[in-house]
Order: sequence, then C-alpha cells, then structure tokens
Amino acid sequence: MTFSPQLEARFAELLTHYPEGRQRGALIPMLMYAQDEVGAVTQELMEELAKRLGITTLQVDEVTGYYSMLHKKPQGKYHVQVCTNVACMLRGGAELYDHACKKLNLGHKQTAADGKFSLEEVECIGACSWAPAIQVNYDFHHEVTTGKLDEILEGLK
Amino acid sequence: MKLYNEPSPLETRVISKRFGTQNSWRVDTYLATGGMQAFKKACEMTQDQIIDEVKASSLRGRGGAGFPTGMKWSFVPRQSELPKYIVVNADESEPGTCKDRLLMEHDPIQMVEGILIAAKAVGASKGWVYIRGEYRYLIDHMDAVLKECYERNLLGKNILGTGFDFDLYTQTGAGAYECGEESALLESLEGKRGVPRIRPPFPAVSGAFQCPTVLNNVETFSTVPAILNGGGKWYADLGTPRNGGTRLVCLAGHVNKPGVYEVPLGMNMMYFLNEIGGGMLGGRKLKAIIPGGSSCPILSAEECDVAMDYDTMAKAGTMLGSGGMMVMDETTDMVKVALRIMRFYNHESCGWCIPCREGTTWLRKMLARIVDGNGAARDVDLIGDLAQSMLGRTFCPLGDAAALPTISLIKKWRPEFEAYVAKNPFASTELVQVA
Amino acid sequence: MSNLVKLTINDTPVEAPAGTLLIDAAKTAGIEIPAFCYYEGMSLQAACRMCLVEIEKAPKLMAACVVPVAEGMVVRTESEAVVKARKTTLEFLLTNHPLDCPVCDKGGECELQDMVFKYGAGESRFTEVKHHVPEKQWSPVVFYDGPRCILCYRCVRVCNEGMGVGALGVVNRGVVSEIAPSHGDHLECDECGSCIDICPVGALTSGAYRYKTRPWEMEHTGTICTHCSDGCKTTLGTRNGEIVRGNNRDRSGVNGEFLCVKGRYAFDFNHHPERLQAPLLRVDGKLEEVSWSRALQVLVEKFKAVRDAKGNVGVIGSTRTSNEEAFLLQKFARTVFGTNNIDHHRSGDVATLLDALSGKTGALGTSADCYTSKAVLIIGADLSQQHPFLANQIRANVRHQKTPVYVVTPGAVREDKTAKKAVRAGEDWLAAVENLKSSLASEKELLVVFGDAVKGEGLRKLVALGDSLGIPVKYIALVDYANSRGAMDMGLLPDLGPGYHAVEGKAGLTLPQMLAATDLDLVWVVGANPLKNASLGSSKAFVVVQDLFRTETAERADLVLPAASAYEKNGTVTNTCGEVQRLMKAADTVGAKTDLAMFGLIARGLGVNLGKVDADNVFAEIQKTVRGYNVPLPVIVTGGAAQTQAVNGRVPSNVLPELIRSAGDTLFTTGTLTKYSKVLNEVMEGPGGLYR
Repeated sequence: MTFSPQLEARFAELLTHYPEGRQRGALIPMLMYAQDEVGAVTQELMEELAKRLGITTLQVDEVTGYYSMLHKKPQGKYHVQVCTNVACMLRGGAELYDHACKKLNLGHKQTAADGKFSLEEVECIGACSWAPAIQVNYDFHHEVTTGKLDEILEGLK
Repeated sequence: MKLYNEPSPLETRVISKRFGTQNSWRVDTYLATGGMQAFKKACEMTQDQIIDEVKASSLRGRGGAGFPTGMKWSFVPRQSELPKYIVVNADESEPGTCKDRLLMEHDPIQMVEGILIAAKAVGASKGWVYIRGEYRYLIDHMDAVLKECYERNLLGKNILGTGFDFDLYTQTGAGAYECGEESALLESLEGKRGVPRIRPPFPAVSGAFQCPTVLNNVETFSTVPAILNGGGKWYADLGTPRNGGTRLVCLAGHVNKPGVYEVPLGMNMMYFLNEIGGGMLGGRKLKAIIPGGSSCPILSAEECDVAMDYDTMAKAGTMLGSGGMMVMDETTDMVKVALRIMRFYNHESCGWCIPCREGTTWLRKMLARIVDGNGAARDVDLIGDLAQSMLGRTFCPLGDAAALPTISLIKKWRPEFEAYVAKNPFASTELVQVA
Repeated sequence: MSNLVKLTINDTPVEAPAGTLLIDAAKTAGIEIPAFCYYEGMSLQAACRMCLVEIEKAPKLMAACVVPVAEGMVVRTESEAVVKARKTTLEFLLTNHPLDCPVCDKGGECELQDMVFKYGAGESRFTEVKHHVPEKQWSPVVFYDGPRCILCYRCVRVCNEGMGVGALGVVNRGVVSEIAPSHGDHLECDECGSCIDICPVGALTSGAYRYKTRPWEMEHTGTICTHCSDGCKTTLGTRNGEIVRGNNRDRSGVNGEFLCVKGRYAFDFNHHPERLQAPLLRVDGKLEEVSWSRALQVLVEKFKAVRDAKGNVGVIGSTRTSNEEAFLLQKFARTVFGTNNIDHHRSGDVATLLDALSGKTGALGTSADCYTSKAVLIIGADLSQQHPFLANQIRANVRHQKTPVYVVTPGAVREDKTAKKAVRAGEDWLAAVENLKSSLASEKELLVVFGDAVKGEGLRKLVALGDSLGIPVKYIALVDYANSRGAMDMGLLPDLGPGYHAVEGKAGLTLPQMLAATDLDLVWVVGANPLKNASLGSSKAFVVVQDLFRTETAERADLVLPAASAYEKNGTVTNTCGEVQRLMKAADTVGAKTDLAMFGLIARGLGVNLGKVDADNVFAEIQKTVRGYNVPLPVIVTGGAAQTQAVNGRVPSNVLPELIRSAGDTLFTTGTLTKYSKVLNEVMEGPGGLYR
C-alpha cells in the first residue's frame, strides 16, 4: 500500500517518538492520519499498519473498532457532526441536529448517495461555553443557529 | 488569536493572563512576558525543593479528581533505573469542559514550561501531550508550537543552556471519552484499546510504557510556572485553605455570558453565575447546576449558594470536577437531561466491566422509553436502584460518573419522572413490555 | 517458606503467603468467592466484578481477584452489600444474555447458570429489548454466539497467553463489544478449542459437539489421547457408546485442562464409516468379509503351519497399541515363533539416551519438568506443532517464571518469540549447542528436549556436554505417537527385549530388512502401516494385519482383523517422557476386538499358554520384568502418571541411527489416522508442514 510522501514522512517521524521496541504507540496516530488520506480504515490499511508495526491485523482491528473517530466506511466529503450533549442541548443542539437531518435528508451516521455530505450526532466536542457547536470535518463552528447552519452547509462546495 | 468570549474584569487571571494577546503562543511573546523564568529557577532547585514548592501551593489536579499535584510527583521513584516520562492529559472530553483548548491555543508554552519543571522535578526525559482527536486544529497548532520550541531550544538538548534535555510530542486520540481516565489514556498511548488498567500500580510507578510517569491535566501543568514564579504560598493564598489558587471554569447553558473564566477557588457559585456569567438567560429562574462536568451530582437551585472549592463542593455532595459548569433554567426537562447524560455514558462505556457496560445500556433504554411516553411507575424506583448498583462497583470511575448524576436527578426531581410515567395511558405498577 | 500473612475472612482466621490474591486465599480456606473473569494462571482482568468483597476500612467493595492479602485484613464475602452486588451484577449480565438455555450446549454445565442459581435473583426486572447479533461460525470447530458472551476475556487470554497464538481479540466498544477471530470472519489458529472449554457460558461452542446431546446424558471416561506422544488425558464424553466430546475440564492427567485439536476433536476417527467391523480374508485375490470364527480358523492354521515348519516370520508392532499388547506381541513372537524379527517404526533414540544416562538418577525429564525447570533447551523439534502439550508447559513456564528458553531448530518455531536465544541449525545442531554452552552453564538447571536429529553418537556428545555444564540436566527424547515410547520399552525391537535387555540369540531383522526380505513366510503387522510408501519384498509371505482401517498395508494382507482403537480398550501407554498412564475403555466396539483379545484367541487356538491374557495381568508381568516399570500401581490406577526410571544400567544396543526418523506430523496430522479424522481434514490450516 502506498501513501503520499507527506504521510510517509509523518509516519517516519511518529515512529521516532516512542521507546525502542514500543513503536506500536504510533498505531492510533497512524490510523487517524492515514484515514484522512485514504478516506476510511480499510482492510488493506489495517493489514499494512499491522505489518509495519509488527502486530496482527486483529490487533489493529481491535483498536479501530474501539475509537469512535475511526471508521471503516468512507464518510462524505463533508462530515457534519452536531453535538447534542447537555451543554449544547440546553442551547438548542437537539433542534439543530433535527434541522441538519432534514436539511441534508440524512440520519445518524448516514452518507449521501453523491458522497458530498455525511451526518453524525456526536458526543461532547469540547465547545460547551460556545454552544451549540458543530464540526464539519475538523473545523469547529460555535454558537450555531439553524440559519447559521444553513449558511455553513450552503457555503460548502 | 481571538477569544471566544469576552473576559470579565472580575476574573483573577493567573494562567489566562496572555489569553487574547497578540501572538501569545509564540516563543518571542512568551519570553518577553516573563516566560521560562520559572524553568530557570527550577534548574537552580533540587528535585525536592520543586516538589515542596508545588505542595506548598496546594495545587490539586485540574482534570477532575483533584488529587494534590505535589504529592503525585513525589510518588515517582527516584532510584528507578527506568526512564521517566511526562504525559499531559489533553483529552478534554468531560461534557461541559472546554478550557484546556484555550490554554493550548493561547498560551501553549506556559504548559510546556510547566511540563519541563515537572520533568526536572522527577527526572523525566520525554513526554507526550495526548490531545483528543476532535481537536485536530489544536494538534496541528501544538505541532507548530513544539517545532518553534525546538528551534528556539525550549525543547531538545541542553535546554536554554541548562544542560537539561527533554523531548515533547503530541499524540492524537481517536474519539474515546474513556481515554481521559489516566490509565486508559496510557493504554491508548501505547497503541491499544482505551481500557483502564488495574491499579495499583499507579502511573507514578508504572505508567507510559511501564515506566514511572507523571500524568496531569493541561491546566495543572499550565499552573506550575506561576507557582514557581510567585511562590507556593502566594499561589495557595489566592484560594482557600487546602484549595490553592485559581482555576478555569467553563460556564455553559442558560446564562447570559457563557464562557471560560479564571476565578480563585472558593468563589461563591451564585456570585460567579450572576456577576461574571451575567445572570440567567432571559431572566428566567435557575433550576439546577451541573457544577463540574456531567459526571457530578447535580445541584438544585437552592443548593447553589456554595463556595467553589474542592472541599466545600464535596460537603455539598458534589464535585468541582473538571470545571465544566452547566446552568439549567426552569424550562429544563430533567428527565431529558437524565437520558442525554446516560446516552453519553453508554456510548462511551468501554465495555470492559459488567456493571458499567450493562448498567448504562439498561438505564439508557429505560430512560428513552420513559421519554417516549412508555414508562411504567415501577421504572422510577428502578432507575435509582440500578444507578446505585453501579456506584462503586465498576472497574473504573466511568460507572460512578454515570451513576452519580442519575442518582441526584431521581432524588431531586423525582416528580418530573413520575409525571412522564403518569402520562402513559398504559402505565401501571404492572410490568409493561415494550417491543 | 515465604512469610505468611494473617487475615480474617468471614470471621475465620486465614493464613496465606504474602502476595497471594484474596480470591485464592479464600479458596484455600474453603470459602468460595465467585468469579467469571478470574482464571488461575491467566492475567488478571477485574472485569466481571463478581468477586467484589467487603474489606474493612476500604471505602467501597473490592475485587478479590486483584487484591493481595495483607496482615490484619478483615474480609467479608457474604455480607449484605456483597450479596446484593453479586445479585445485581448477575442481573446486569442477564439483561443481554439470551435465556435460550434449553437449546444451549452449555446448559447444565454453565457457570452463569450455576452462579445465577446460587447467587442470583429469582426475578428479572429487565423489560427492554435485548441486543442481538446472529451466531457466527469461525471454523469447522468453533462457533461464536455473541449475545451469550459475557465478555470475561478468558478465551482471548487462553489463546494469547496460554497457546501463544493470539487468534482472538475484542472488537467494538461498550455493549456491542464482541470477541473476534484472527482473520475477519474466520479463525486461523491451532484449532485447539481451548477457548470453547474455558468459556463459562455457551458463547463459544464446538462444531464437533454442538446439538449432539445434553451434558447430563453423557458418560465420561478419562483416557489417554492416542495421537502424539505427550500423553494428555482426554475425558471422552460418550452417549450410547459413541464418543461425542473430548475435553479435560477436571484437570486430571499431566496436561491439566490443556488439549490440542487432536486430543479434543480427533477422536472422530473412531466412528469413521470406513472402520473395519468384520475380518477380511483374501478369497480369489480379493478381500472379503468373513466371520471371526472363520478368520481365526484360517489364522491359527497358518500360524501352526509356519511354526511347525520353522518358517521365516516377521512381526511389526505398533506405536499406538497398549504396553500390554506390545509386550504380549513380542512375547508371542519370541516364544511361539522363536524369532527376533520384531520391530516398529522408531522415532526417537531412547535406547542411546538411556545408555548415555546409565548410572545417573533424576536425569529423565517429565512433562511437569517442562513447567518447572529453570531453563529449557529445545533441539530439532517444532514443539508447538509436534508436541503441543510440552510446548504449552514451556510457554506457561516462561509466562509464570520468566524461564529462559534456548531454541536450536532448522526453521522458525513459535518458541522463538519468547526464547532467550533462538538459533537456526539442522544437522549441525551440536555445534550450535556448543556455541550456547557458556549461557547454558550460567543457568541453575537445564531441561533438554530433543527431536529425531539427536541420536547415536551425537546424542552421547550432547549428554557429555550436559555433564560438563556443572548444573543438573534432564533430558526428554521426543517420539511420535501415544505409545512410541512404550513400544521400545516393551521390546518391539530386533536386538532388545523388554526393558532394553539384550535378546537371547541373534538379533532379528529390522523393519526395513523385513520389508526387503524375500524369504518371509509370514508377516504379522499389528497396528502399523509399514507399506504406506513401501512394498513387501517377500511375495510368498502370508500377511496378517490387525488394524482399524483398510490401510495400504491391509490392502496387501491375506487376512485383516478389525482392531479396537485405544479408546475402546483398557491398558497402559507410556508417553515421550516415559510416564505410564492408564487407558480406559470409553467406547464400545462394533465387530472389532482389542489386539490383546486377539492374541489371547490366537494363543488358545494354537494351544499356547501366554498366561492370563487381560490387561491387568499382563501389566503385572510388565511390572516384574520390564526395567523401570516397577511403578506404584495406585498412582496409575487412580488416573495418575508414573514415570519409569529405566536408567540403572547399560543398554546393549546396536542403535542404527538411520532407522530413527520422526514421521514429522504437525498439529493437524496424525500419521495414518489423519485420513480418517473428519475434523483434521476440515480445518483449513491443513498439515502445512513444520518450521513455518
């Protein structure tokens, strides 16, 4: 499996971070950064990382399934994550999520047929004082209203 | 870098003093505003002197558990042949909490300096800042900051000519609340599932890669430079006895001025809410406050006239926790709050132990059924009983975190649960089977 | 003696060595602390929370499986809080556990059932929808029913820590966590089934056993596995005389609860449709079924004729029949036919080892030594493939005592992973061992386990090297099958009689010589298949074969007698370490007779007195006449293993090293029997070969 030179460089750098023989520490960062490039944690990716770190594919699979940001199926080009946890809920997070569902015609963890959008109701993303908050891919948007949400979504090409 | 909320003049800004200033995250700015003086001071001190100074400050862990920091550092064995490590818990995932973000955005080198002082105190050579995966922008930001620190010799070999070497890296999480628990974080750092470890041994003895490790929250490390600069006693005196200093409180919910504010420990909660937080949104009546993240027992309005420090909060039957304060007004549906909290813990339960895995699932299903209008009278007692059955019996504190708010909700707002159940035309004391 | 800690459990004073876990200390005092995830010998989990107990001064209930005893500790295991905690933990467990006990294989011997019966609540308060996922088949022998799984992680640990395989893991998070196999949707592993046995509930079930019977309808017989030479006890569950299950949950035998794929599943050859059920006689060039009386009549006539004509006889014995049968066979041949043309397929140089160790005591290693020895040297064997139990013992030794293991093998082996040093060497193994000498000499003691490459002069040099280390050294000569060792001890050899005494008169023909000879009048093959890849030189020979199947050798026979398997007879066998254990008849035969019974019938037909031909009587004779076999009978009779110590004098053997060659069976082969085991042919790992 081949990766971009930038990702390879990142992997090489990561592997220097851990004590000798404990390079497995790089697994989760490698999965995260590779997922960004590959689009998902594919079987091929799991096998490749297992080989590189000297562990079994099952061990990679165990880790992949544990973390909610790692996903085996590709998400939309824009992955819209709406927080509905308590702080956001108190400021209209649930309504915002319902609005996003209708607007995108998607449900929780669904991806649009054209692959542009996917939607996820997420747990607290650490923006509680500026609730309700959403993330589109890694970008935060604070104090989001339904109107602001429409603007954000319409601004995405 | 812009601030997300206006600061308040009533704050005591010790660790947030650089927030919002121009280029506050750059080495030049940091050095020009008194940065690295504490580290240089530490280099002139013995390990015990540093630890004693931190003990004198009565600094307690800002992650949630509130363990005395100096004492934690003193547990690291001096004689051990093993390398020693520093791990920063920047997994900020406790619902209601958004302060470590700001510390790393606005004043990351302050944290780096705190880490270096801790490293000096325990003889560590390497460290990782474990940042939750959702904060990718922050990981990239920290990577740039660390790069500049290396370039300017704030990290690496012979730091600022002191002869001290230290390496610091970022490490991304991948979406798991459980990794905020220190031993689960260490598992994750080692490339494994974020399942907590059996303790003892504690990280101070066997932590990252089974070596002695100091593991503290971002805010805890960020506080250390100020303690060395101003002295432990000065810092302690900012707060109340045994509850030294200031801390960042994340104010959220039904208030006029939500935001992150630095206040001395021991400030009255109602004063904070009204004077700094600008009072209740829309002038509505206060109903409840979650004082320090969703894992805390919830205070009813009449219980909120308390001092915000570890000991007073404990006496009030709750916790200062992570500083995530969520304010709820009279319109809040407490049954929905209970469901939302339980959904969270059920989603985040690692599944390792039975009471947490099955207990949170059962409670989540039952609360959802009640909210959907299919509750039965017997459910109300059962919620409390199940939560009690998880309390203190799980492998890690997540079970307690799910149980504590639930117990307080059912105790303090029981009529709301009963009202939901009463609305169900089929509800009776008899068992109701729902497909 | 380590210092004892005094504590109180339920007002009973208890003493336990420092470091003992509370759960174990309670057990020694006869107090049960229930647990699912705690499993002796495996890593600690503290996951199931069943073992929560009250400890005075502790702020909350503590998990007894991770708390070591402490001086003055006051523990309560039956207090109100503890009882309630257990009750709710079980209630939690049952929320997602399907209550399909009536159709669950585990029903009746399920730890969850037992726990709920003993500690659980009578009524469930759970009225929500259960989480359900469909059952999965991971291999021909392993099925996984996710909803039944209580996530105690025993299976994961036994596979990873116990077997050193690591084919099971935990995927997903929270309530949807489940156990997953090594290759996505299927397992590639040792197929040992340890995960199934260790599963406290019916989450992991056996392809061989599922839906065959209810546990209480079975009868259980502990006997010795007939496959490799490690001598594991396998407890065979039979229903209506048919074997339906193999396991060893009572931990009897040298192997405790360990069994490999063969010990657990490969009993299935026993009921193979091609099992011979009637004698076959060659009539007009074809083998035809005949009655036993007809077969014996033909046989006795032929034997009489050959005996009376002093014809040339060749006798080939078995590496799987009992000691009693091997003993009686050579006695028959030597006394009735007056011949030393007796041999069997030799797979390890036991004779030279015993000779080289002559005069020494305590130099023969046992299977227990593999677990206790403070250092181990493996030469020329892929132990995990060829001797899975000994390999398991050594793994446990490494896991629990961090014992250094040295590996000298021609290719990669599983033991490499945990070895202190692993060296690749084939024929040049001796040089490789010499290179390790200084390391070996620094150990406190050494157990040397060696395969068929170590023989003759090389073996003598190895023992000399061992002597020069200045530390106690023990040896185990590895051989192939369940009674390969016994065949030698009993004198199925042309130059050595029982107990390695020189034979009277001239040494007989070796096995290859018998096959090559053109002048044999009678060839008598008992439980062996020498013609698998060879032909018989003597075209005139009348060939009598006693076997379970129509093997290649049986195809050449003039008379084939259907023989009982090891699971259908009583007797004893001797494992590769020289440990004697008892075979117990588990299954009924249909048409077949034990070899011993056949010898008796033939002797009676010939009018020869071989003494009383039953297993106990023959063993009594063995005890008297075979060097090293005067072992305490009670040990064997009660199902134990007694080591033979046959090294009290020189062995006058002319060892022919070229005759010593292991068949090279893997985990998934077992010589001729491989063909007849459905399980071994179904698992996709296949034979695969050694040293991979």
